[in-house]
Amino acid sequence: MSHSAKTRNPAYTPQDATPTRRFPLRELFLFGVLLAAILAVYALMGAAYSTRMLVEAACYAILALGLTIQWGYAGQFNAGVMGFVALGGFCAMLFSVPVNEAFWGTALPGELGRVLLYGVAAILLIVAVSKLDRLGMPKPLRTLIVVVLGLVLYLAVISQLREVTDAIESQAGFVGGLGLPPWTGWIVGGALAGGVGYFIGHICLGLRSDYLAIATLGIAEIIKAFLKNSDWLTRGTATVSPLPWPTPGPAELGFTLSRAIYLSFTAVIIAVIFFLLNRAYNAPWGRMIRAIRDNEVSAAAMGKDINKRRLEIFVLGCILMGLGGGILGTFNSLFDPQGYLPLNHTFLVLVMVILGGPGNNLGTIFGAVAVYIIWIMSEPLALFLMQLAVAFGEGTFGWDAPSNMDSRALQARVLVIGLLITMVLRFAPKGLLPEKVKSHS
Amino acid sequence: MNELAFFINNVVISGSVSGSIYAIGAIGVTLIFSIMRFAHFAHADMMTFGAFMVLLLTTLFPAAGASLGVPTGVLMLPLAMLLTAVLAVGIDKTFYKPLRAHGVKPIVLVIGSLGVTLILQGLIRLFSGTGGQSLYVDDRKEIFRLALPFEGARAPIVITEPQIYLFVITIIAVVALHLFLNRSRLGKAMRAMSDNPELAQASGINTNTIVAVTWMIAGALAAIAGTLLSLDVTFKPDLSFFLLLPIFAAAIVGGVGHPYGAIAGGFVVGFAETLAVFNWNVLLRPFQESFPAWLELPSNLAFVGTEYKIVVPFFILIAILVWRPTGLFKGKVI
Repeated sequence: MSHSAKTRNPAYTPQDATPTRRFPLRELFLFGVLLAAILAVYALMGAAYSTRMLVEAACYAILALGLTIQWGYAGQFNAGVMGFVALGGFCAMLFSVPVNEAFWGTALPGELGRVLLYGVAAILLIVAVSKLDRLGMPKPLRTLIVVVLGLVLYLAVISQLREVTDAIESQAGFVGGLGLPPWTGWIVGGALAGGVGYFIGHICLGLRSDYLAIATLGIAEIIKAFLKNSDWLTRGTATVSPLPWPTPGPAELGFTLSRAIYLSFTAVIIAVIFFLLNRAYNAPWGRMIRAIRDNEVSAAAMGKDINKRRLEIFVLGCILMGLGGGILGTFNSLFDPQGYLPLNHTFLVLVMVILGGPGNNLGTIFGAVAVYIIWIMSEPLALFLMQLAVAFGEGTFGWDAPSNMDSRALQARVLVIGLLITMVLRFAPKGLLPEKVKSHS
Repeated sequence: MNELAFFINNVVISGSVSGSIYAIGAIGVTLIFSIMRFAHFAHADMMTFGAFMVLLLTTLFPAAGASLGVPTGVLMLPLAMLLTAVLAVGIDKTFYKPLRAHGVKPIVLVIGSLGVTLILQGLIRLFSGTGGQSLYVDDRKEIFRLALPFEGARAPIVITEPQIYLFVITIIAVVALHLFLNRSRLGKAMRAMSDNPELAQASGINTNTIVAVTWMIAGALAAIAGTLLSLDVTFKPDLSFFLLLPIFAAAIVGGVGHPYGAIAGGFVVGFAETLAVFNWNVLLRPFQESFPAWLELPSNLAFVGTEYKIVVPFFILIAILVWRPTGLFKGKVI
């Protein structure tokens, strides 16, 4: 790293170290076990169920790749994966659902557009007023005017918006979709998630890393609250289904085959992401990112723009999460804002990354598939164990078990995820397939 | 004048209630932040744990409070504080201390505390079920209606028994903490350690004791906040995710590592929340005649709906991080 980009001889390609080829015994063993587990699930649960599980695992692998570049490459902790996933799912829904004539055929789109224009005008006005101090107005007075004007304009616009959205809900149900292919929604979902990530990252990345965790946790809850309560946009708790697939659906080909095609489609996307990420990891850019992660001060001393690089990584990770969320949402064929839970969409992904190996893409994909299989299989297992415990308690102590034991058994999985996180951090902080850090001897 | 009573009920009282709870929670968070240097995400679940302990004890001895004339839940609070303090020290010994001994970055401790959050939540849900339960098992929740001393004021000011307990206990807790931090040897040692851990250790302060004491205080305060919140509404095992953001926002607004700032931050966040969901039309309606004719007030003039309440602490958090990341009172840790 001692050569700067300008003075480097173009014929010289920097090498991290002499790569020592070793037989990938650990990888082969772990993936062998994983394959055996998948085959066992196929044998036990049938092809349609197991293929469905694999597709969902593949979608989670995309989310985990997003988190692994944030946490593993750059040491940023995103505690709000759920929010970005929900944004992706929302965009997939909005773009792919058929056009709602009851909405577009009336005057409502014009009304909505008028209110949105008012909103833009109000923002422009406030921005203009906030520049008044350049014309010689005292700063405290300007701040007062900006705050009062902002509150009044906000109230004016929001009450107009409430009227229009109420009209949409009562007359048309909801806005409906755009009737485009789902992949447009995935791309826009990724872009939207990246935009939100940029907003959060821009504010938090210069501060302590804890603040990013707090802010992402908050934005995830806000995105969920917005999607859940904006009935005019998402039908809220009434949910939207079905979402069309980009591949032939189950109605045409049957469950197993259609899901298998969707799986191969997702696998291609993962392969592309994996290839690009590995290229980036081994490229000078990736070296720079790792240098910043491992020693911020020395990287800054070499003239690297730390906050900018961090922002790049964070936005990139969020884009992948939005994309994965879109693919997952389309596969589920159902948009249910209440179905997005911190446990399923944030902490599960976190376990996948730290168990698989943060910073190691192969390890992350392994972690995603392995943890997802365990997660899915733990549901019947937890019910079985709870019934065993209840039977034991009733038989031995005459314990009168409460009636909601089944839901409690599922809650116990929260406990297992928590234990996994703390245990992995304590005993295997590098994961099962650690990142291979090359070093000069 | 009815509008005024409505305003007092919906803004002044409920703002003070949530403000007190956020303040007590934020003190714990800010103390942990200043001694251990990480954001403790499991704090809200320690609150739930404290409330759950009160629920268990109250269910075991439902009539204990009646003989003394206080609700059983309040009587059981000291015991629950002790249990939660023990839990907090135990969590530190089992989960955080090994990580600290490895010399990990603070952010790894944050992830560890998220794991602890899930463990606590899982345990509480496993034993209590997922529904809400009242902490008033055998007692009756007293509701006081105070009439306003004005002509034509029909709507009374409504305040409930747990709310009065909340205000009293908050004041006691804050005064006790103030005396502890400023007068006692241990409290001074704690402040020294939050200023400079190495220097404190070099001058003969036993940092392990300080860490344990910090956890005990944080645990006891968390039990107070959780119990009083659950007394006021109901006990729910999944309260914590809705409390985390306001509490962290309060701690950061007040300046991290600054207990008095945390109190101020708690009330700022609490009042901001209630002011934002308050329907201002209620206050403006009496003046409807004096407005120009073209101005017709919409019936709902709240800034955000109740369902978007969580936006308020987030907005405050973002605003403070943008304009004044050290907080209102110049916290130490950024």
